[in-house]
Amino acid sequence: MAEMENGMRLWEVFVQPRTGKPHEHVGSVRATHAEMALQHARDVYARRGPVVSIWVVPTEAIYATKPGDEGPFFDPADNKPYRHPLFYKVPHGVKNI
Amino acid sequence: MKDEALLEVEFQARIDADEKIEPKDWMPERYRRQLIRMMSQHAHSEIVGMLPEGNWITRAPTLRRKMALLAKVQDEAGHGLYLYSATETLGVDRYQLIRDLLEGRAKYSNIFNYPTLTWADVGVIGWFVDGAAIVNQTMLAKTSYGPYSRAMIRICKEEAFHKRQGYEICVTLARGTPEQRRMLQDAINRWWWPTLMMFGPPDDQSPNSPELLRWKVKRKTNDELRQHFVNITVPQVLALGMTIPDPDLRYDEKTGNWLIGPIDWDEFWRVIRGHGPCNRERLQARRKAHEEGAWVREAVQAYARKRQQQAASTAAEVSHG
Amino acid sequence: MNLETLDDALRPALFEYLLRLGDDALILGHRLSEWCGHGPYLEEDIALANLALDCLGHAEALLTLAGEVEGQGRTADDLAFLRDAYDFRNVQLVELPRGDFAFTIVRQFLYATYACLLYKALQQSAFEPLAGIAAKAHKEMQYHLRHSSEWMRCLGDGTEESHRRAQSALDELWMYTGELFEVDDTLRTLTEARIAPDMATLQPKWREQVETVLREATLTVPEDPPYMATGGRHGHHTEHLGHLLAEMQFLQRAYPGAQW
Repeated sequence: MAEMENGMRLWEVFVQPRTGKPHEHVGSVRATHAEMALQHARDVYARRGPVVSIWVVPTEAIYATKPGDEGPFFDPADNKPYRHPLFYKVPHGVKNI
Repeated sequence: MKDEALLEVEFQARIDADEKIEPKDWMPERYRRQLIRMMSQHAHSEIVGMLPEGNWITRAPTLRRKMALLAKVQDEAGHGLYLYSATETLGVDRYQLIRDLLEGRAKYSNIFNYPTLTWADVGVIGWFVDGAAIVNQTMLAKTSYGPYSRAMIRICKEEAFHKRQGYEICVTLARGTPEQRRMLQDAINRWWWPTLMMFGPPDDQSPNSPELLRWKVKRKTNDELRQHFVNITVPQVLALGMTIPDPDLRYDEKTGNWLIGPIDWDEFWRVIRGHGPCNRERLQARRKAHEEGAWVREAVQAYARKRQQQAASTAAEVSHG
Repeated sequence: MNLETLDDALRPALFEYLLRLGDDALILGHRLSEWCGHGPYLEEDIALANLALDCLGHAEALLTLAGEVEGQGRTADDLAFLRDAYDFRNVQLVELPRGDFAFTIVRQFLYATYACLLYKALQQSAFEPLAGIAAKAHKEMQYHLRHSSEWMRCLGDGTEESHRRAQSALDELWMYTGELFEVDDTLRTLTEARIAPDMATLQPKWREQVETVLREATLTVPEDPPYMATGGRHGHHTEHLGHLLAEMQFLQRAYPGAQW
């Protein structure tokens, strides 16, 4: 019986509430193919507006960092103060810099 | 490789610092198992919970009530789905969870093993049962597991109308004919105690509670949540000119709590063990839907396989052409 | 024209026509709502409820308007819950029991193809309130068509069993499609007044669109049967409608005059 539902793949759903806003992950649906996944995503996650766009992505297509990657991937960003505007000094009274 | 004990200390430190745990983070096996148990039970409850109210969709008395009830029961399907989705992040398969339910291995909330006998039941369920669920879910929105917490936040937002929908039905009945008031009182009498049991056994008989509280899966005890529900609901019942079927009910000036009489926990355990008024019917209805849907699920999978093969052979022709 | 400027001579025909549109939506919505909690899987259960909600929404708008056109103070609820079967004006297609999932999908597909064409045309209706309802309904019915067409392909071109079920539903339902395009004096009056479209122009489009999807779905277009069901538009229904109404109207009938 387990094999019977193998084709009901997992898809991650991203919805955009308004144009100009980013697509946000809202959950998943199970579906066999992209059109069905999209329709299911619409019926499940856009029952209450506002939604202007939906993406569905097969879950297995997502390649992600692992918790063990945290140090090497993200800590270096902590020690680059020159990426932040307040790192730079501007004389008093000068505006719009 | 860090040893288990050290990982567990670090895990608890994250919990204590109110950090959320995400699917790929290290977590104690027991935390994972407890979550799967709780979340899938919660999902099953939403799905089985469609049935008692669904029983009245085709008999709703006005178009407005019909649409509201249908939308509400549909929400329950949606919420079941959000919860299955969140549970799947813990590495289990939704269809396995559903099989566990259909084959009687999983539990769901006892409350749905009671029948809906009149239209007033639809109102009282929305008011009491969804009211109790909201008390519980508001707490769970702060749970330590990220996907569960996010699902709960979404669910709480969407369920805001459920309780009001129910209460509005009850207000209309309370202001209606003597027959309608009788119908309402009867429904209140039947649903009051089973609703109080929804919060689970008293704290001293709830074996999982201390662990779940330490991990901040739950953030309040069963008795605390139950008391909160009683405190907000009693005045709402009285406001309708209805009574609560509890001769011991009294207001305690000192604590500001409404104190209830003893709950019949024998009934609770009996229904959990499968001997409630509707246990068999509810599971039969779910099984029937699942079995009758089997050919549909097979069909859509077969269709998708054919399309995939077609796409593959077209691609092969193109690359060879 | 609107409610104020409506020619009184047109009122009876327009009332009748709005009942036809509203009753189609109401009865189909009711049948779809029976799936709630019993769908083949969770996502599709939710989808079917969405379709039902759309139809019930159209019914409410159309029956409300019908009551206003009639001018006797009847509300949408009065019309939905306090008429007997012989006063209902829906086609028989929508009142047949929901059957299996294939039956529900094939019916939805046949109806949605029709409703898309109809509501699109009705956006040009000279009766403005109807054109307004049609604009909203058309949007929603386009999704019904997309949804049911995809399912037609899945079922028709899925497994042997699903193909057989879809084909048999199609064969069974075909004799109920003639009613969708029937023309009578009521309709002729409204077509002349540019309130309703000319159904004769819609039927070939319907046929063409249906055949296209059936081809994609590897299903066979049924032969036109010796008898096409008829009568719904004049209150002559199948035996099923009476039972549907007995259930749907139970509370209103059991407690006359009560508020809900």
